[in-house]
Amino acid sequence: MTTTITAQRTTAPSAVRQSHVVADSITMLRRNLLHIVRYPGLSMFTILGPVVILLLVVFVFGGTLGAGLPGVDPAGGRAAYIAYVMPGILLITIAGTASGAAITVAMDMTEGITARFRTMAISRAAVLAGHVIGNTLQAIIAVALVLGVGLLVGFRPTAGPVEWLAAAGLIVLIAFAVSWIGVAMGMQSKTVETASNLPLILTLLPTLGSGFVPTESMPAGLQWFAQYQPFTPFIESIRGLLLGTPLDWNPMLAIGWCVVIAVAGYAWSMAIYKRKSVR
Amino acid sequence: MNIPAIEVHGLRKSYGNKIVLDGVDLSVAAGTVTALLGPNGAGKTTTVHILSTLLRPDGGTAFVNGCDVVRDPDGVRAVIGLTGQFSAVDGLLTGEENLLLMARLRHLGEKRSKTRTAELLEQFDLVEAARKPLATYSGGMKRRLDLAMTLVSTPSVIFLDEPTTGLDPRSRHTMWDIVRGLVAEGTTVLLTTQHLEEADELANRIAVLDGGRIVAEGTPDELKRLVPGGHIRLRFADASSLDAASQALREHGLDESARDDAGLALTVPSNGGVGALRTVLDRLDAANLEVDDLSIHTPDLDDVFFALTGKKDESGRTEANSTDTKGTES
Repeated sequence: MTTTITAQRTTAPSAVRQSHVVADSITMLRRNLLHIVRYPGLSMFTILGPVVILLLVVFVFGGTLGAGLPGVDPAGGRAAYIAYVMPGILLITIAGTASGAAITVAMDMTEGITARFRTMAISRAAVLAGHVIGNTLQAIIAVALVLGVGLLVGFRPTAGPVEWLAAAGLIVLIAFAVSWIGVAMGMQSKTVETASNLPLILTLLPTLGSGFVPTESMPAGLQWFAQYQPFTPFIESIRGLLLGTPLDWNPMLAIGWCVVIAVAGYAWSMAIYKRKSVR
Repeated sequence: MNIPAIEVHGLRKSYGNKIVLDGVDLSVAAGTVTALLGPNGAGKTTTVHILSTLLRPDGGTAFVNGCDVVRDPDGVRAVIGLTGQFSAVDGLLTGEENLLLMARLRHLGEKRSKTRTAELLEQFDLVEAARKPLATYSGGMKRRLDLAMTLVSTPSVIFLDEPTTGLDPRSRHTMWDIVRGLVAEGTTVLLTTQHLEEADELANRIAVLDGGRIVAEGTPDELKRLVPGGHIRLRFADASSLDAASQALREHGLDESARDDAGLALTVPSNGGVGALRTVLDRLDAANLEVDDLSIHTPDLDDVFFALTGKKDESGRTEANSTDTKGTES
């Protein structure tokens, strides 16, 4: 075999290199989307989990749980509970995609391709952004599908177009923030197994908030945690937008938490990316 | 351009108490192949990782194409390519998609990316497998794809970290041909290997790394000369020729080191050079002696490897050897 190389040598001055962040992010995003299309198993899993939980809590526990909600007629328990639990299920869906992101990132790290990226003049942020945006899109699709199942089993939101739009915007924001945490957890994990387990903490958070039962019904210590953890304002905002419950400061809190989580996840990922991509 | 493609001074790196690099000096001229030869754990991969900006050195300086690997990593990254010991390919994509990914990340433009990908698939004999998932690729194909991905942007300095480890002989020769082709195009190559044959085949210069230090450096021939044991073995048809030859050579000051009467053979020490051989043959010609069989034994790099690199002891260094050979660096 003879090897003839006839391309021009590429040496980009640093000013030009800076402008490639967006292009590189898009390239990395394309790669991650291709992964999702080529291997849909992981994505299916992130949808199936929440759907199973939804069916379980609605048809098994729903009648009793719904009857215990404040101001609900015990006879209409199940329908009331679907309405109550749906925002929490949507948040579980988003939290669940974090483990998809973590697994993908951890697999990348063990494949050695990340080391290759690091030897190329690609912005570090672009590699991570590709994962985050890819995962955010995946989360949005997952939320839409889970919401579809919710509508099928009797979820009846009262939102108008503006509320729907606001809810969609908030879901995108939360998915984006949670994806950064997922990516950071994937970077942190030494093995793919750890990467798939670590984000389960996130999936648990909606249940330790106002996702399944009102926080007022919890014991004092837990109640304090439930009221002040980020998933409660997320859930309360979505609930308020879709079902017209009082919003109060929740949307502001939710957006604030999104910014904090995204920035923390970004800083965490970047710090690990710098020192960890060599095996 | 007279600046060396790779210039390393006093490079140090340790992990905790374990010193991996203990002051490595290395200079690689542009357009040449240098092999970094050494046993497992000698620090070859660490050196390559520092030069390719994957690791920060603890001390010393390293320049690639005049760019400091610590202060201007992006300058280094723009001109280098690394093919590591472990394949750095995206196992979930096809070969073609992997190459396209690299081309896009090197900003070749959409059209150029496609033509370059097609070129490389052709050159690396991957056209048939281009659209198949990597799971179906053999080890040799993956390694070829890996290298093709490194070459997408025609880097001027390429690091090959044990490029043929785990490949069958045919794939290994293919890989060697590819490396020779690159060098013919003017690419600088720094390759690490444990195989002396590989260093001998490909490299203009060899640096022997052991225990985090360069213990010897030179051309393959220079290194071979460091180790005694080179000789010419002459076999004759009968005992009288053997006697005559022995006498003829001794008269001219060429001492036989061994005489094997039963095998009708003489062994003459030699540095392995053509000059020494010619002298011996000239003497025999002058005496009208017919040589039945002649063989030249040069110390191969295996001898060099074992002589230069520390063996069993933990420190992995034999001080006597490292001082011995310093004088031979040119």
